[in-house]
Amino acid sequence: MQQVLNALQLGSVYALIALGYTMVYGILRMINFAHGDIFMVSTYVGFFAASFLLGRSLHLPNAVVFVLTLLVAMAGTSLLAVFIERVAYKPLRNAPRISAVITALGVGLVLENLTLATIGPEPRILPQVIPRINLSLGGVSVSAIQIVILAISAVVMFVLDTIVRKTMTGTAMRAISFDKSVVPLMGVPIDRIISITFALGSSMAAVGGILYGIAYMIDPYMGIRIGWWAFISAVVGGIGNIRGAMVGGYILGFVEIFVAAFLPSTYRDLIVFALLLVLLVFKPTGILGVPVVQQKV
Amino acid sequence: MKKRGMPPLAKRWLTPALLVAGLALSILLPQLGVLNLYLQQVIIYVGINIILTISLNLVNGYMGEFSVGHAGFMAIGAYVSSLLTVLLFPKVWGPFVFPLVLVLGGLAAALAGLLVALPSFKTRGDYLAIVTLAFNMIIKSVLENIDAIGGPRGFMGMSKLTNVASVYIWVLITIVVLRNFVFSNFGRGVLSVREDEVAAELVSVNTRQTKILAFVISSFFAGVAGGLFAHVLQFINPKSFTILKSTDVLVMVYLGGVGSITGSILGASIYTVLLELLRPLGVWRWVVGPLMLVVLMITRPRGIFGLRESRWLSPPEEVEADAAATG
Repeated sequence: MQQVLNALQLGSVYALIALGYTMVYGILRMINFAHGDIFMVSTYVGFFAASFLLGRSLHLPNAVVFVLTLLVAMAGTSLLAVFIERVAYKPLRNAPRISAVITALGVGLVLENLTLATIGPEPRILPQVIPRINLSLGGVSVSAIQIVILAISAVVMFVLDTIVRKTMTGTAMRAISFDKSVVPLMGVPIDRIISITFALGSSMAAVGGILYGIAYMIDPYMGIRIGWWAFISAVVGGIGNIRGAMVGGYILGFVEIFVAAFLPSTYRDLIVFALLLVLLVFKPTGILGVPVVQQKV
Repeated sequence: MKKRGMPPLAKRWLTPALLVAGLALSILLPQLGVLNLYLQQVIIYVGINIILTISLNLVNGYMGEFSVGHAGFMAIGAYVSSLLTVLLFPKVWGPFVFPLVLVLGGLAAALAGLLVALPSFKTRGDYLAIVTLAFNMIIKSVLENIDAIGGPRGFMGMSKLTNVASVYIWVLITIVVLRNFVFSNFGRGVLSVREDEVAAELVSVNTRQTKILAFVISSFFAGVAGGLFAHVLQFINPKSFTILKSTDVLVMVYLGGVGSITGSILGASIYTVLLELLRPLGVWRWVVGPLMLVVLMITRPRGIFGLRESRWLSPPEEVEADAAATG
């Protein structure tokens, strides 16, 4: 039971990051390999925002500091992602798809090493804004951090799902992912929708980043580590599918925690990737994915 | 048509003569002490990276698929060849069995390539990327968990069998084999898969077989490169073959240009030498390097030599067709 809780905690973070991969893929058919590093940058934005707010002796209550940190991280990361999209990906929209993917890999490496060069490789801890208390519910100990993580990710994912399903912007996103050449002719501002997608996806990563930061240590390499896992979550759930990414994130969280609970931790990667391969052989488009139809005959 | 300056006899012998001269230089220069050990090492790395880049270009450039696990095949070649030279053959045999050992390492990698290719070419596109990524991670994880070959500590005891001459020869073999493959019937099939798989199928290209063959050949050379790498460093551990190593090779492929052997040679040489030159920058060189890649991709999305080939590597009839077309 304790492990279930840990798995949900980790799974929430994976799910939130996986959303960014899957949204961008849904619209641009492009694997945004820089997304993991955007997540990493968001935790550092959060780290400096929280340190700044606490260091000014403003005597803000912790909850306010936490919410402000979250908002600053979301805004900062969105700006960064939209900037990257405009500068690096937009010129390549009509180039071979792979060029954009390689550019994304390059952008990710730049972000990671820039952080490494300016901030340094040592792991850091976000200032303690959530009290480290444990409640005991029927023999299971639940920390305040876990409650915050689960609650916030549930709310954020619900909001995102609603945006994509109910609003005009969401409709436009789904339309673009359905057909990119006709939809602009119907008066959909494609550039703005793509920017919004990047902004939304990276704010999800920022939420994931802050929630990760209050529970674990942060370091510049985690973008790659966590990013790949989130990417695999998106694939497991069916890349391009928003609910699939959420499902995939929790599945990976469970697999990771339970493998680590029963086997030496070195077997973790082996088992996760073997499961992934087995899944892909039987269901190549992921759990909730739709089969891709070969176009252009 | 106007002949280019040289008499035919001299032209026929020029390339082989240059190649032999290159071989002689690669043996003599280190012997005479013209190249110090550091320079030799850099040249060897350039050579190994050329082999890796050309072989990955076959899958990613010529075939238009997206494989991201090249370091996994390299790891298999490195471990198999190291185990053979250290455990099976007596040390004094080293230099004589080394080519055989490299081929065996390559074959092991090719077998792994076949196992990866069989299920993953059922669907097209990004799923190969995911399967090869998973493969890369699994190989690293397996190597870390087998204690008999050192586990995470790595494996050592190889003698330094790789030298400039052997790398030179293997680079030549790679170039010749892959060039001839690309311009063969099978190679044309590979290109047609990239351009339009359905159309290729309609003109009776066996796309599945073509894709698997190209992937297996690519894995073989990755394995050979791994063997060469293991015997120059004399120490390998699973961490040398992570997804980062695969990313390096990807960068070299796309820097040099997709679908071009000339491009791969350029890309691998430029990237390797550049990272050495930037060494004084410390951590910042890992910022400058990828940043240049991003800028290059935005300004030249196909890479330096994308989809073009130098005249020296093209078959004669294509050179003439080009000359006729441009007048």
